[in-house]
Amino acid sequence: MTLRRAVLALALLASGALPPPARAQEQVLRVAMTAGDIPSTAGIPDQGFEGWRFVGYSLYDALVSWDLSRADRVADIKPGLATEWRIDPANNRRWIFTLRQGVTFHDGSPFTADDVLWNFARFTQEGARQFNARQFAFARAYLGNYESIEKIDDHTVAIITKQPDSLLPYNMSFLMLVSPRRSAEVGDDADAFARNPSGTGPYRFSRMVPGERLELVRNPDYWDRARVPRHDRLVLLPMPEASTRTASLLSGQVDFIEAPAPDAIPRLRSSRMQVVTNAYPHNWAYQLNFVDGPFADIRVRRAANHALNRADFTEMLGGVALEGFTNMPPGTAYYGSPRRYEFDQARARALLREAGCTPCRVTLAISTSGSGQMQPLPMNELVKAQLEAVGFQVTFQVMDWNALLQVGRDGREKHPGIHGINISRSLQDPFNGMLRFVWSAQAAPRGSNWGHYRSAEMDALIDRALGEFDDARRLALLTQIHEKMSEDAVMLWVAHDLNPRALSPRVRGFVQAQSWFQDLTPITLAPR
Amino acid sequence: MLGYVARRLLAAVPIALGVSVVCFALVHLAPGDPVQTLLPPDADAATVARLRELYGLDRPLPVQYAAWLGRVLAGDLGRSIATGRPVAEEIRRSLGNTVLLAGLSVLLAFSLAFVLGTVAGRWRGGWLDRLVTGVAVLGVSVPNYWLGIVLVIVFAVELMALPASGMAGDAFDPTSWDHLRHLVLPVVTLSMIPVGIIARTTRSAVSEAMNQEYVTTLRANGLPEWRVLRHVLKNAMPPVLAVMGLQFGTLMGGSILVETVFSWPGSGFLLSKAILARDVPVLQGTILVLAMIFVVTNLTVDLVQSSLDPRIRRA
Repeated sequence: MTLRRAVLALALLASGALPPPARAQEQVLRVAMTAGDIPSTAGIPDQGFEGWRFVGYSLYDALVSWDLSRADRVADIKPGLATEWRIDPANNRRWIFTLRQGVTFHDGSPFTADDVLWNFARFTQEGARQFNARQFAFARAYLGNYESIEKIDDHTVAIITKQPDSLLPYNMSFLMLVSPRRSAEVGDDADAFARNPSGTGPYRFSRMVPGERLELVRNPDYWDRARVPRHDRLVLLPMPEASTRTASLLSGQVDFIEAPAPDAIPRLRSSRMQVVTNAYPHNWAYQLNFVDGPFADIRVRRAANHALNRADFTEMLGGVALEGFTNMPPGTAYYGSPRRYEFDQARARALLREAGCTPCRVTLAISTSGSGQMQPLPMNELVKAQLEAVGFQVTFQVMDWNALLQVGRDGREKHPGIHGINISRSLQDPFNGMLRFVWSAQAAPRGSNWGHYRSAEMDALIDRALGEFDDARRLALLTQIHEKMSEDAVMLWVAHDLNPRALSPRVRGFVQAQSWFQDLTPITLAPR
Repeated sequence: MLGYVARRLLAAVPIALGVSVVCFALVHLAPGDPVQTLLPPDADAATVARLRELYGLDRPLPVQYAAWLGRVLAGDLGRSIATGRPVAEEIRRSLGNTVLLAGLSVLLAFSLAFVLGTVAGRWRGGWLDRLVTGVAVLGVSVPNYWLGIVLVIVFAVELMALPASGMAGDAFDPTSWDHLRHLVLPVVTLSMIPVGIIARTTRSAVSEAMNQEYVTTLRANGLPEWRVLRHVLKNAMPPVLAVMGLQFGTLMGGSILVETVFSWPGSGFLLSKAILARDVPVLQGTILVLAMIFVVTNLTVDLVQSSLDPRIRRA
């Protein structure tokens, strides 16, 4: 009898007649972003790097991707929709990208070389049907050296640059590729496309309430099997106010918040929330004016760097910042052994006397808030107090973020009365982290060399690095550049953000990469 | 009467023009422009210039204004520079959310303040009056964003009884308990200032009316006290109505601070985003619509006032 029952049960199981186990409840990860609105879903996102972090890399892929799987070193690039890239041995302005095969867009269409060309036309060709002014503007920041693109075969493309550019693959990581088929379905209208987007990314679009929420669902067919999301749904909520994000996490409305205010961290910890921090390539510093005013003298720049007791800043920020002695945070591959400006008030005073700058009157342009600016007002007040303790006399020009960005883009020529600007910068790759600040070809308003730093030696190093396609040799050159930036005290360095995030105790499996971007796909949620 | 309404509506045209010119000029006087926050922070100046050209921001201001005005007269408020969405759609959605919030706050504030103010005015000098005056002063003086944060800490974080932020969904559903729960804290927060202002106005209007000779006459004629109060209230209404109208207009404008504290996607939230991004089409469109709401509200209040008080003659 028992045997018969067992056989019967087995037979039933085999035939699938037993009711399936109750479907587990949908796992939903709710994230509160600092952005005031949902980043654009039309391809390359807006809202700064937060847009790439949560929307860009969720819905889409680029030819080149970021390795965000480790917390113990600064994240670097890895293959994305291209499996490999190499410089053409016959032409050092021609990069060849081999495309990944077997990838499909969310609408089912296959990904081929034609789609890459179509997307580049969307970024660059004003006459093309799919051309979009906003995508053009976003892409142009990464296509400054781009000349043209050509198809070699269905799975290979070549990108030609104006100058030899060994760092081009980094730029490719910011160009999100969208589905031409879906775009055609909506008449190549980017706004209509944004309401029903289709990419190749780990999440598919589910629904959007403008200004309120964006919901994405797992893409079970994602080509990178290791990165198929472990939760079912990702809900992104714009919440610009830090106290609102904190309250929403504490009250169980969201599971994951960006940038809680430092003074809320003890409260979050006492409620069993996980507070995670990690270094990432961020720099809170002042770019200096090398033409007008006291900072043209290297002794004054060094004096300012010696005047700061950076430990006071990390203490004021509740430990969510690293002391910033150099341009790149330690842990960067090309950090090297740069000159370190320790806190030394006697030295700072002596340098100022030597430079004949007493009192040393400087004017700094600062903002009241802004992306990556941390706590700009109290931090600037502390800088002022410490600079004035050694003989500086600091005047602030306080403006809102938008206005400060304008001053930053204009360059020193239009603002000779300003001797330093406090725009915190992202340093995710060597060009954005270093070259653009110290290359004479990048002098503002052309690029980000705001104060017109000029050094023939530095320019030569940069030219060599951009023309060097051997990774090890290029690394050595980049290290020299970083060391020279410190030697010349090209900025007044203060802090590197540690980017705090707070997670509900239910959230498991998140690894905080040393990057502006993060991978949410491994996250699972414990039952309530 | 019809002629009066028509004249008042006509007078709204120069108001709208004036408001839009001032708004346009102010946005352009401030440093920075929409392209700054739209582009990635690392974009070069040539890209900025090209994008300004694409959006027509490089043209002389009067030309930009004339182009905008021309489109508005044709019924097109344009597209947001920041989001690419039609401005009319942005305003409709956010104004809808604000009307919901403001409407409920108005109901709560008007009814509460009217009762409180009447009680205080009728029993002037008594302990009830002192209590109401205290509440009114507190309501006006306490910054409402601070009150909002305190309410969130108490009811959302500590008691976990109500949600801290958001509105739970795109379309409000009055039968959904979840949607209603999301309204409680912002509505209470938003109604505190109007409660204070209206309660004080009602109190002084009622107590002034109570001193009129006709009250003595009514009492001498043996009218019961509640009927006396009815006459008093009718006489006290005009100034109260005027203040209510202004408060209604203010609430419709949305509170930038309260909506930001509660992440409520209303017109105040929209305005603050548009200001920071220098999103001129959204700013112009929203301010124009809000100005018109003020004009219509004031007109409505005036009409109601004159129907309540025939002494207010409208020539």
